[in-house]
Amino acid sequence: MTTSTSKPAGTVGAGEVGPATSSPSPGKLPPRAPWLVVGAVASVAVLLLFVGVSPALVVIGGLAANILGICLWSRLVEGRRAATDRMVTAVVATAFVIAMIPLVSLLYTVVSRGAARMDAAFFTNSMLGVVGEGGGAYHAIMGTLIVTGLAALISVPIGIMTAVYLVEYGKGRLARSITFLVDVMTGIPSIVAGLFAVALFQLFFGPGIRLGIMGAVALTVLMIPVVVRSVEEMLKIVPNELREASYALGVSKWRTIVKVVLRTSVAGIATGITLAVARVIGETAPLLITLGAVTGVNFNPFEGRMSSLPVFSYYSYVAPGASPAPSIDRAWAAALVLMLIVMALSLLARLISYLFSPKIR
Amino acid sequence: MSISTEPQASPPGASTRGRPSRQVGDRVFAGFATGAGILILLMLAGVAAFLLAEGFPAIVAPAEDVPGGQGFVAFAWPLLFGTLLAATIALVVATPFAVGVALFISHFAPRRLASGLGYLMDLLAAIPSLVYGLWGVTVLAPATVPSARWLADNLGFIPLFAGPASTTGRTMLVAGLVLAVMILPIISAVSREVFLQTPRLHEEAALALGATRWEMIRMAVLPFGRSGIISGAMLGLGRALGETIAVALILSGLGIITFNLISGQNSLTIAANIALDFPESSGLAINALIASGLVLFLVTFLVNAFARYIINRRSEFSGAN
Amino acid sequence: MAKSIEVRDLNIYYGAFRAVEGVTMSIRPAQVTALIGPSGCGKSTFLRSINRMHEVIPGAYVEGSLTLNGNDLYAPGTDPVSVRRQVGMVFQRPNPFPTMSIYDNVVAGYKLNSRKASKTVTDELVERSLRGANLWNEVKDRLDKPGAGLSGGQQQRLCIARAIAVQPDVLLMDEPCSALDPISTLAIEDLINELKTEYTIVIVTHNMQQAARVSDYTGFFNIEGTGKPGKLVEMDETKTIFSQPREKATEDYVSGRFG
Ligand SMILES: Nc1ncnc2c1ncn2[C@@H]1O[C@H](COP(=O)(O)OP(=O)(O)OP(=O)(O)O)[C@@H](O)[C@H]1O
Ligand SMILES: [Mg+2]
Repeated sequence: MTTSTSKPAGTVGAGEVGPATSSPSPGKLPPRAPWLVVGAVASVAVLLLFVGVSPALVVIGGLAANILGICLWSRLVEGRRAATDRMVTAVVATAFVIAMIPLVSLLYTVVSRGAARMDAAFFTNSMLGVVGEGGGAYHAIMGTLIVTGLAALISVPIGIMTAVYLVEYGKGRLARSITFLVDVMTGIPSIVAGLFAVALFQLFFGPGIRLGIMGAVALTVLMIPVVVRSVEEMLKIVPNELREASYALGVSKWRTIVKVVLRTSVAGIATGITLAVARVIGETAPLLITLGAVTGVNFNPFEGRMSSLPVFSYYSYVAPGASPAPSIDRAWAAALVLMLIVMALSLLARLISYLFSPKIR
Repeated sequence: MSISTEPQASPPGASTRGRPSRQVGDRVFAGFATGAGILILLMLAGVAAFLLAEGFPAIVAPAEDVPGGQGFVAFAWPLLFGTLLAATIALVVATPFAVGVALFISHFAPRRLASGLGYLMDLLAAIPSLVYGLWGVTVLAPATVPSARWLADNLGFIPLFAGPASTTGRTMLVAGLVLAVMILPIISAVSREVFLQTPRLHEEAALALGATRWEMIRMAVLPFGRSGIISGAMLGLGRALGETIAVALILSGLGIITFNLISGQNSLTIAANIALDFPESSGLAINALIASGLVLFLVTFLVNAFARYIINRRSEFSGAN
Repeated sequence: MAKSIEVRDLNIYYGAFRAVEGVTMSIRPAQVTALIGPSGCGKSTFLRSINRMHEVIPGAYVEGSLTLNGNDLYAPGTDPVSVRRQVGMVFQRPNPFPTMSIYDNVVAGYKLNSRKASKTVTDELVERSLRGANLWNEVKDRLDKPGAGLSGGQQQRLCIARAIAVQPDVLLMDEPCSALDPISTLAIEDLINELKTEYTIVIVTHNMQQAARVSDYTGFFNIEGTGKPGKLVEMDETKTIFSQPREKATEDYVSGRFG
């Protein structure tokens, strides 16, 4: 083990704290015990860092020493079962902390690198004729909005109606096979959805075709199952009593579905759709092979290549050209914008479900 | 039977006794709903059919025409190998941490913190894979270089760490680790959901017997949540198998078969290979890529079907109780 | 206006399961008819077949005849939707539409059917229906507030107002007070007494005193065992059923010696 050098130090640290802090009642550690161990291990770790031990070793050793420390101390004072419990608690908390490190690092990196190009030009200029510094992602942002909007336009009605079919009408073979296929579609890799769009359009328009609508078709394949699933869940939790109340007033089935069932679950449906949009708006792979990329603005999804934010970011990073720095800055900025859009959509989803759900008062 | 003077919405004879005779609006609406369902059916059939139609030429083409010059199997097999290798690393690394995170949020974290943390994990699950890829290639890859060198020097006798260590850090190991970071929120979300559904009664029964928190978790939560962990891991695996852009940003090269995780001579995944090669390909090379996509589709289909099977089996169990 | 209902040889099914068998009864106009009987004997099932709510359940159907003032409710080509407009229903648990205000709940029968009516007409309708349901004074200042914000008893009266707003001929009530406290129950019982001048009312109840208090006629349903169909054992004036029923089973049931 790599921890062998610092393990004794850590356990000694914990051992010193043990006797020094007299437990309030025999057989029980003080409530702050875990934190005392963390503090002791941390101070030893800082000392070791100053001495010049490699940071990686100190971190790994420190985490191990922390777990062992609390376990040993508890073993001495509280007995075996409590010690196991303490150890598991420490292990789980450590796993959580370790898991959070890359995620925090990721957020920090994107924000700090992306901030460089968060200027007005980035949102208003395209890359037409830009070499080196300057330029922006206006064309890519518009492309992403158009393609995602088109995908939503196709998949939302189909998704909602399919969910209505499954919940309100469906029974028997057809409903079962649709449910099964929606499950299958949920797990489709996004690149496969892109290949489907390519294969479909290539068959009719010949090889090498790149269109905005192709990207929208690929995203639709990815979006429909998400919409169906979430709308289905929402329709299922509308109490049957409301449907019956409507029927009993002499309201026909379709009006009941539209005006009572869908109306009652509108908040949940809107939330689900927003999350579905958030899921597909960051897709890179299918757009890479269906939209291609251009430097200028193209608002027409039925003609010519189109740019999109993720593909723009990807190409800016992997093919930065002669002077890479500005291009890589643009790549990070585009990634940051993309992430902000996704987060904004998630927050919007929360807001919608808060604002539109039925109120009591 | 008495003579009806009710307002007649549809011609008599259209319905049998006890069967509703439906209004026009009802029929149209039901028709639309059914139509949407059938459309989805056709769409998925279409995905398979078009992939087959466009991939087939590469599968039956003479060996020397397929990229690599040795036929489709020789083209696709190393990629499939790389796909499985990367996904396995991701799964092995992510699952224990994901379970730890799920347990922490569901049973260890203070109540008030727990819902916020859960929401944070959901948010992380929604971060585009492009962002994970950029982070992996700029932050994680360089950071692993010293450790990789150490592994090659000291543990080089293990085939996985045979080296020579890559100087850029753009290795299979890093690709697997980035995938692990990506699927961790997914696995932990599914597991957490199931942990939280542990019947309160079981938990309280365990605690009432004098169990410590860990004993309660081992007795009540883990047995109940095992299927949740498995299905979460399967969903994560499905995601890892199909992940494209994050891997394409990190790995490049020809895609050979090797278990060496830390060298610059690495395997490549099906999805990443498509993203890397597609823009410059034409002719039969495109067909070969589409056919490899079909292989990927089949693999993820099997994994997802297995995950569904486990999830459904669990819901049957809880229904019987 | 209040209408009479004639039921002849009615069998009611859930798929292959025959839940109710051979019911023949006359329900008088502008009277309250109570249906009593042990749990699972098919009272709700029978009640729901009167306004064709029964067939909403997949696989459910009926045999026999059911007429409203001589019109066959199950005649081929009769739209169940129009039947339900003539035969209103109030459920066991109050179920106001959660997305609608009190006002909109009352006019839901019109709104949901997209029937246009001027504001003055609906205003008048809302006031008349809420007054009819003895709720007007309690809610007249907060008509635009959500219906789900009322108390349980108020919600149930709102549901009654909603049902009478579409001006049906018959009002069906399935244990309308079982989810309510004694005060609210009393309010609903008073309301039933007032409503019967205009509507034919059929009420299912498990509360013997309630049946005795509010109804003019009482029908007793019974079931021989689980899996067997429920049957109408006896139907007569409420006084008779509670003092000198013809059947031994009825006497046992109303005097609490059942089972
Ligand atoms: N949706 C349904 N599907 C199948 N069988 C049903 C359904 N609803 C009720 N039943 C059956 O029909 C029979 C009559 O039920 P019903 O609800 O009419 O009884 P009830 O007299 O109203 O009982 P309670 O007094 O408990 O309300 C019962 O055996 C019941 O199990
Ligand atoms: Mg009942």
